[in-house]
Amino acid sequence: MELSLRLDQTLVDRARSAAESIADDVWRHIEAHTTDSVERTALRLLGVVGVNEIDVPLVNVVVEQGRDSLASGIIAPFVAVMMDSGMSAQQVAEGIATGTLTLAPVAAERREGVESHAAEIAAGGVARIDAARRRREELVATLSDPVKPWLYVIVATGNIHEDVAQAKAAARAGADVVAVIRTTAQSLLDYVPYGLTTEGFGGTYATQENFRYMRDGLDEVGEELGRYIRLCNYASGLCMPEIAAMGSLERLDMMLNDSMYGIIFRNINMERTFVDQYLARMLNARAGIIINTGEDNYLTTADAFEKGYTVVSSDFINEEFAERAGLEQWQMGLGHAFEIDPSIPDQVVYQIADALLVRQLFPEASPKYMPPTKYMPGDIFMGHIVDAMFNFVGVFTGQETQLLGMLTEALHTPLLQDRYLSVKNAKYVFESCRSLRDEVEIRPGGIIERRANELLGKAAEQLEHVRDVGLFRALEMGEFADVSRDPGGGRGFDGVVKRAEDYFNPFYAALREGRMSGPPVGPTPAERAASRQGGR
Amino acid sequence: MEVKPYGDTRDDGVMQLSFTLPIPNSPKATDVGKQYLEKMGFHDVAVAEVRAIDPGFTFYVAYARTDVSIDPDQVKGDYLDVEEMDYYAINTFIRDDVGHKLVVVGAAIESDAHTVGIDAILNMKGFAGNYGLERYPEIDAYNLGSQIPCEQLLKTALEKQADAILVSQIVTQKNIHVQNLTKLIELLEAEGVRERFIIVVGGPRINNAFAKELGYDAGFGPRTTPVQVASFLAQEAARRQNP
Ligand code: B12
Repeated sequence: MELSLRLDQTLVDRARSAAESIADDVWRHIEAHTTDSVERTALRLLGVVGVNEIDVPLVNVVVEQGRDSLASGIIAPFVAVMMDSGMSAQQVAEGIATGTLTLAPVAAERREGVESHAAEIAAGGVARIDAARRRREELVATLSDPVKPWLYVIVATGNIHEDVAQAKAAARAGADVVAVIRTTAQSLLDYVPYGLTTEGFGGTYATQENFRYMRDGLDEVGEELGRYIRLCNYASGLCMPEIAAMGSLERLDMMLNDSMYGIIFRNINMERTFVDQYLARMLNARAGIIINTGEDNYLTTADAFEKGYTVVSSDFINEEFAERAGLEQWQMGLGHAFEIDPSIPDQVVYQIADALLVRQLFPEASPKYMPPTKYMPGDIFMGHIVDAMFNFVGVFTGQETQLLGMLTEALHTPLLQDRYLSVKNAKYVFESCRSLRDEVEIRPGGIIERRANELLGKAAEQLEHVRDVGLFRALEMGEFADVSRDPGGGRGFDGVVKRAEDYFNPFYAALREGRMSGPPVGPTPAERAASRQGGR
Repeated sequence: MEVKPYGDTRDDGVMQLSFTLPIPNSPKATDVGKQYLEKMGFHDVAVAEVRAIDPGFTFYVAYARTDVSIDPDQVKGDYLDVEEMDYYAINTFIRDDVGHKLVVVGAAIESDAHTVGIDAILNMKGFAGNYGLERYPEIDAYNLGSQIPCEQLLKTALEKQADAILVSQIVTQKNIHVQNLTKLIELLEAEGVRERFIIVVGGPRINNAFAKELGYDAGFGPRTTPVQVASFLAQEAARRQNP
């Protein structure tokens, strides 16, 4: 028996069909535009890395050089120079940076040759992503895959060396996924910093080197524990697709990758974000990365009890955008959260309704359940109990990934011991309540079922309204998170370029060509232990 | 009168402690933790829990007694001294004692993207059943939102001929708020307009004394309500009006 709610199926259908139209409408915009970051991503996938003498990434230097003809895409002129000079992508980028090479528009009669050569090199870039995905499959198969809900924790020291030490400690304590939080305001940088970094505020810079270094650290501890430890980072902000590319190459397993988070919470221009998220998601789709969406955040600026339905609406929208980018259901870590004010009577009962609803609406997806944050008190003892109730709801409603709450949420990013206590809390609650959901039924017509259907009804209504006015206008009207954004405002608007007739970017096709499918499979840690015992 | 922590009996000095040492949990780890607390002046140390939370780290929970006491009357601080009025009284006070509408401009500055705190103070809806400043007929409030560069905040304050500037700083990791807050004051001073405004700052790690040290007129901490802020602004504006 599965714990389940009787939901009004017509509401589910209405919601899905509205979400589909919403995404179709934005789709026309996506297909007609490119952005600075999309073009820089293409260069990264060709193999361009590094910075110039004043720390500007070479991909930024090249895109600046090619700015006048960006509407046609950076790749054709760039590859033309590679062909003429016989140099590698990296050498050409360096040449452009030092001024020895320049980009020029590609003459019409050369286009075909250049494009087919570019497509070949692009396939090579994509092959690097595939290699990372295959490596994950091997590791999961030979180590083991943790039982769900996965215990997901964050590290945020600002210093990648400390982060690695703490991530290893967390894994040893029992964490299955480690996310490295990015430094304050990285999302507003229109370039990706370079190298190993040791100075961040409330998080650590997302750089390709930091990704690799942390990946190695987690592989090491995974080997030691006989359990594959997943790594997560943030593909968000002005460099969303570039960071997604870095994560895809360096075998991250999860990435925060939301179609609207940057718009709502960082005031990044919406035209920019919608174009960027598409490529970012295609990359993650290719890499076998699970994306996480950010609906939980809505409940910090809007009230969780009143506006719980906005999470459901947005999950439907994120699902549609994810599907269009080729993500499979198991790769969709749709967000939701335990953010209702704990002083409301029956709070946990309502949370069960909200959490079960999301689980049931997206049965094949891998929802990510977020902990209480806004109402976490300075009284850490009380906070620890609220987190335990959250863990209870997570295991009871069958969540896939549980982002563990920290007793010190109101104070600081987690200390080593905070994380240890929180893992201990989750392990106790999960193990002690694991079978409960198979033992009970939800009372038909009770508080839980009524609340769930009410949220679903309001979500369907909201989605139809958003469909009628269009998503751009809806964001302007503050439909999500009670935050309103100007379609022509926000950061990064000047980096949105209307595509010309001859726009060329080989990666949109290459990323779809011959994509692998399905999640990695491996034994559970217990199965692995048993088989090793038997083998001896 | 001197006081000590109260555990179970007056002046027993019992405290609850927890911490982590970067050492392996070996047989002597308990003594290391105990003696460490004794070095801090505690006695009757009872180490309740000693756990390896990683090969190189040991976590402790302990109870211990202290002889240190404190006289609350001797504690002097720079606390905000305002008479808290209610919504109606504040509006009347502004009309009668300030004589013009109070113009306030607020923002979470620089890298800070948290808006809930400044919104709680400024937005209509307010906080904890308490209207925000936008609701006050005698206050013209402009909420610029978050991630607002100091330059832009100042520009708006000058344009609107603001009486007060309200700044929010939530992220404090590595003292980034000190950098941001100092930047604003230095900018105002460089432009020669510091004295033109009442400048206040708020956030969960802010208090009045700290704000004053940085050159602000007042600081507001966690769970601040809009009436507290409005009361201060009204009284401070009146004071400046009639020195
Ligand atoms: C919601 C939230 C977010 C949301 C913000 C959404 C939004 N639009 O505001 C999002 C998800 C975007 C977010 C992002 C980040 N966050 Co945050 N966030 C929180 C959270 C959960 C709640 C804050 C909140 O809304 N509190 C409710 C309000 C009402 O309380 P308040 O802010 O204290 O405001 C009151 C008083 O302080 C005062 N006040 C505040 N401002 C002002 C101004 C004036 C003029 C006055 C008079 C009074 C006043 O009055 C208010 C009402 O009483 C806290 C954790 C917590 N429980 O506090 C973390 C927290 C603040 N965040 C934190 C961090 C680190 C971040 C990030 C840096 C993480 C990252 N690396 O990406 C980013 C920051 C990005 C950036 N550029 O700033 C840390 C800060 C740690 C520290 N001490 O520095 C916290 C404590 C979480 C944690 N434990 O790590 N966050």
